[in-house]
Amino acid sequence: MQASVAEFSGEQAQQPLQGQQLRDKAHWVWRETLRVHRHAPETRLASSLSAVEIFVALYYGGVLRFDPSRPLWAERDRCIISKGHGSICMYPILADLGFFPAEELSRVCHAGGILGGIPDPVIPGYETVNGSLGHGLGVATGVALGLRGRGSARAVFVVTGDGELHEGANWEAIMFASHHRLGNLNLVVDDNRISMLGPTDQIVSHQDLGARLAAFGWQCESVDGHDVEAVLEHLTRMKAATGGGPKALVCRTHKGHGVPDLEDAPLCHVINPKPQLLDELLQRP
Amino acid sequence: MSAIKPLAMRDALLQQLLQAMGQDADIFFTCADFGSPVLDRMRAQYPDRFINVGIAEQNLINVSAGLALEGYKVFAYAIAPFITMRCLEQIRVSLALLSRLRPMNVNLIGVGAGYSYVVSGPTHQCYEDLTVMRALPSMSIYSPADHVAASALLAPCLSKAGPKYVRLDAQVLPVVYEAGPPDLARGFHVHRQGGPVVLVATGYMLHTALRAAEQLAGLHRPVGVIDFIDLTGFDAGALVQALASYAGIVTLEEGFAGRGGLDALMFDLVARHGLAARVLNLGVQGGYRFDLGTRAELHEQVGIGLQSVTRSVKRFLQSLADDQRAHPGKTVLERVD
Repeated sequence: MQASVAEFSGEQAQQPLQGQQLRDKAHWVWRETLRVHRHAPETRLASSLSAVEIFVALYYGGVLRFDPSRPLWAERDRCIISKGHGSICMYPILADLGFFPAEELSRVCHAGGILGGIPDPVIPGYETVNGSLGHGLGVATGVALGLRGRGSARAVFVVTGDGELHEGANWEAIMFASHHRLGNLNLVVDDNRISMLGPTDQIVSHQDLGARLAAFGWQCESVDGHDVEAVLEHLTRMKAATGGGPKALVCRTHKGHGVPDLEDAPLCHVINPKPQLLDELLQRP
Repeated sequence: MSAIKPLAMRDALLQQLLQAMGQDADIFFTCADFGSPVLDRMRAQYPDRFINVGIAEQNLINVSAGLALEGYKVFAYAIAPFITMRCLEQIRVSLALLSRLRPMNVNLIGVGAGYSYVVSGPTHQCYEDLTVMRALPSMSIYSPADHVAASALLAPCLSKAGPKYVRLDAQVLPVVYEAGPPDLARGFHVHRQGGPVVLVATGYMLHTALRAAEQLAGLHRPVGVIDFIDLTGFDAGALVQALASYAGIVTLEEGFAGRGGLDALMFDLVARHGLAARVLNLGVQGGYRFDLGTRAELHEQVGIGLQSVTRSVKRFLQSLADDQRAHPGKTVLERVD
C-alpha cells in the first residue's frame, strides 16, 4: 500500500529526540508519571517507573512510526503494550504526543475519563486489552504473521515485564514466532526482576532470560534499561534487522526507579509512596 | 431413503470454506494440530493462509486474535472441549473483550459436541461448552444438527463481526435438512407442530427428539419438535410465537442439565416473555462418568437416550394433565386428546 504525503504528515510532526533532549524527555515522563500517581493513587507506580526509558525511546526516539491523529493508521508500527498496570507512564507520553487531550491526565481513574488503573484500547494508542498478563506476545505474534501475509513492512513491538513471562502462553508464542521466523516481531522485556510478592529469582527464576530466549531461536540482546540512549540504539538496530527470526531486547531495569521508598523494594508493586515524598520529588527540578 | 448423502459436519463446512478461500484472500485458517481430509487440500492450496500452531490452544486463540486485528477473517479449529475451555482466558480477553473495542472476526470451530467422541472419555467429550460460551456476552454460538445446517453456517461466519463458536458433531449424522438449510435469520427450525408439548433440541439431540416424537405420535401423543441452531442471535419474537401454544417445553441437550446451557436459555426466555409453559430440562444427569459403551448406551445412562427421553416426556405429559385436573381453571392443556 502506497501512503500519500498527507498520510505521513502526522508522523513528520514528531522529530526524533536524541542526546540530552531524549534524557530530558525521559526525566519529564518520570515526573509526570509520579504526578499521575499522586492524583490517582489507585495506579501502580513502581512497575510503570521501570519502563519509562523503554517507552520514551520507542515513542520519542524515532523507533515507532505512528500518527496520533489516526491511532489505527494502517501504516503504523504496531506497539502492543502488555504490562498491565505497569504502563501508566504511557499516559503522559500519549497525551504529550497528541493521542488525546492532556486534560485526561487530571481525571485518571475517574468517571467519564478514559485513563483507568489498567489501560485498554479505549485509550487511543493502545492496541490490546491489558490487565490479564501474558496475552500481548501471542496476539503480537498473530499481528506479525498477518502483516507478513499482507506484504507489509511495518514492525511489531511488544513490551512485557519479566514476571509476566511466567505465564506459559508466552512460551507457546515464543516457540511459534521462532518456527515461523517472524523477523518483524520485536519483544522488549522490562526486566525489573520483581513481581508482586518479591524478586522473580526467588519465585520462579528465569535464570538468564536472554539465553533462554536465544535457546528458543530468538536473537537476543540486553541493555541497561535506564540508559535511554543505549535503549534507543538497541531498539533501532533491532527494528532494522528483519532478515532473521524474532528478536528480543532484555532491558535490565529497577522497579520503582528513582523513588527512594520504592526502588527495588521486594514489595514495591503494592507500596504507595507517601504523598509528601511524591510532592517533594515533584518539586525537585 | 435420504437423497443427500450424509457427511461429517466438519467436512461439509470446511469444503465450503475451502471454496470461499479461493475468492476471499482475507480468510485465514488456524488449527491446533487437528485435521481432516479437506484440510490436507487446504494446506496444499493455501500454504500461506493455513497455520497449525501445534498442540497449543492458548496460542491458537491469541494468534487468531492478532490475525483478526489485521483484518483477516479467521477460522480456528480444534477439538470442542479444548478450543472452548483449554484457552478460555484467551477467548475472554483476546476475543470477547477486545472485539468490543476493535473490529475482529474469529470463528472457533469445535469438533466433538457432546458424546461424539464416544470411547475417548470425559476429556474429549464436551458437556460444558454451551454453558461456558454462553457466559461470554460477545460470543455468538451455533449448534447445527446435520451437515447441511453446518455448511450453511459459513455465511454468518464470514459476514458477521465478532467471535463465534460453532459446535460440530464428530460423527456423521442423518440429514434432516433435505429440502434446504434452516432459516438462519430465525435461528431455529420447526420440524413438527401440535400437541401440548414441544421438544426443543440442539445438535445431535434433534435426532433423538425426532425419534421420540415419532414414537409418541404412534402412541397418539403428538408433540412438537424444534431445532435450535443459533443460540445467541435467534429471533426471540418468532421463537416465543412458535412456543406460545404449548403447555410444556422440553429442552434436550448433550450438556449437563441445570448448569447454564440450552435449558437456562429456555428458562430465561420463558421468564422474560411471561410464557405460561412449564419447562422440563433434559440434559446429562449425574456428572462425570468414565463408562464405555455406544453413544446410545451412554445417553441412556445419563438420561438423554431415546428410551429415557420418551419416558420423561410421557411423565411430563401426565404431570401436566394432573396439573390441569388440580387446577381446572387453567386451560393450558386444551389441546390434549
